[in-house]
Amino acid sequence: MEAATTSARTAPPPTKKRMTDRAKAERKLAWTLCAPAVIAMLLVTGYPIVYAFYLSLQKFDLRFPDDKEFVGLSNYADVLSSSTWWSDVLTTLIITVVSVAIELVLGMLIALVMHRAIFGRGPVRAAILIPYGIVTVVAAFAWRYAFDPTSGFVFGLPLVPDTWQPLNTKEGSLFVIIAAEVWKTTPFMALLLLAGLALVPDELHEAAKVDGASTLQRFFRITLPLMRPAILVALLFRTLDAFRIFDNIFIIQPGGALGTESVSILGYNVLINRVNLGLGSAISILIFICVILIAVLFVKGLGTSTAQQRGET
Amino acid sequence: MQHTARERVLWSIGILVVLLYALIPVAWITSLSFKTPDEVADRKFFSGFSFDNYDVVFSDDTFIAALINSIGIAGIATLISIVLAAMAAYATSRLDFTGKALILSGALAVAMFPPISIVGSLFDMWRAIGIYDTWIGLIIPYMTFTLPLAIYTLSAFFREIPWELEQAAQVDGATPFQAFRKVIVPLAAPGVFTAAILVFIFAWNDFIFANTLTSTDNARTVPAALAFFTGASQFEQPIGAISAASVVVTIPIIIMVLIFQRRIVAGLTAGAVKG
Repeated sequence: MEAATTSARTAPPPTKKRMTDRAKAERKLAWTLCAPAVIAMLLVTGYPIVYAFYLSLQKFDLRFPDDKEFVGLSNYADVLSSSTWWSDVLTTLIITVVSVAIELVLGMLIALVMHRAIFGRGPVRAAILIPYGIVTVVAAFAWRYAFDPTSGFVFGLPLVPDTWQPLNTKEGSLFVIIAAEVWKTTPFMALLLLAGLALVPDELHEAAKVDGASTLQRFFRITLPLMRPAILVALLFRTLDAFRIFDNIFIIQPGGALGTESVSILGYNVLINRVNLGLGSAISILIFICVILIAVLFVKGLGTSTAQQRGET
Repeated sequence: MQHTARERVLWSIGILVVLLYALIPVAWITSLSFKTPDEVADRKFFSGFSFDNYDVVFSDDTFIAALINSIGIAGIATLISIVLAAMAAYATSRLDFTGKALILSGALAVAMFPPISIVGSLFDMWRAIGIYDTWIGLIIPYMTFTLPLAIYTLSAFFREIPWELEQAAQVDGATPFQAFRKVIVPLAAPGVFTAAILVFIFAWNDFIFANTLTSTDNARTVPAALAFFTGASQFEQPIGAISAASVVVTIPIIIMVLIFQRRIVAGLTAGAVKG
């Protein structure tokens, strides 16, 4: 026993390859080049999230800063036992699922239109980049004013009854919020799907055509399965993004009124309006955990799909 | 390729639908910006053509300050982010080293990070160290949150550069610096430029940090200023003025998008798919 440990200590294990000087220099250069970016990312996301966790264990209200004390997990208990948190989670999930589902369908249609472009690809591409580039707050104002009871052009349209006032009800407000979200982010989805479409080999379509497959059959049997990784990546990015929804709600239904409050709006209201940093940080950490859960679910799905593909081909 | 008349008609309808989809909300807010207060309630597209709202906006100190803040903060954040990201992207695309995968997945994690989870901490920290409501207080989060986008976009572009040309130029008698400046810089410039546009759009668009980490004209950017814009009456939002201000901040984005559309598409998809 003792002999074994001493021999291990004196002779380095032969399996460990010694790095050449060149490789060492390369590694040093690489880390020097990456260091500023890595340090910035750690300092601005890593440290504050740890600090948020620390704050979430305190009773800490900026209106009464002297009452700061360690309270363990009681802020979490307060959040998780409140009906507001759970109804906000539900609202956020509804907005996320509905808008991402619509975006996937619309984005796929736009991507297919662009992929099979006969002419005018440039104008279409330029047009769909406008919603992508526009400031979210501006887009939210455009949608809110379109449905504004006194000035909205929607109510000047034929077939739209004046009695339908979406911004006065929860369901109507969610409809406008989702419409604004879908409008703004579908282009991003479409571009990611378009890049995925480009990876589907034309020969497969030709072969299926010869075998007598219809357009729809080819789409569902060839295009969709081959695009699965691209679709999952697009869905992952958009789901996480939609789950953090803040700007649109803030503008369209200020403060998350009429039950349109998302978890991010709740966090904002508690942290910034009520300056209750303890309770607010508990909400922040819970949102962070939700985001990690969503990401893990998608990455697992992505892993199995690429593994399946590798197995098939 | 030959196309039937039916295909051409269908395709034209497709283009028209996409154009209407993209442009109606923009046209609507533009229409509102040209209306006088009396015309605002007429619910019509392009009923008036008055520049009054633009006069209001451009004589409003808050809006001018916000515009300067937005340009300055987004510009500086873009510059720093691109420099840091270019260094990291060069390392991850050209050099072989342990920890590369860790850096790339770390960047991916930051891309997915929910800003709301740290605004409380930053609010408290920035107040403690005295950079709450300052330019630097916003530049720091913008620069950081755009790093993943910039690193992924730039490494996708850097992987495409034929780096052998650098050695070839040196063999032909160029100094290392000449080889870098005359050969590599022109090849890398389009990618760097594309990444810079994407980063700038991101910083220009941000609302949550601008809203939580500022409180006055000192550092408030346009999106936050718009949200807190009040007219003569505190309880009624000045629809015309907000619309005019919205159009002003949208014009530069539309111009950029029209000029650089190919690069933006290439950058967006390179970063997301190949990464």
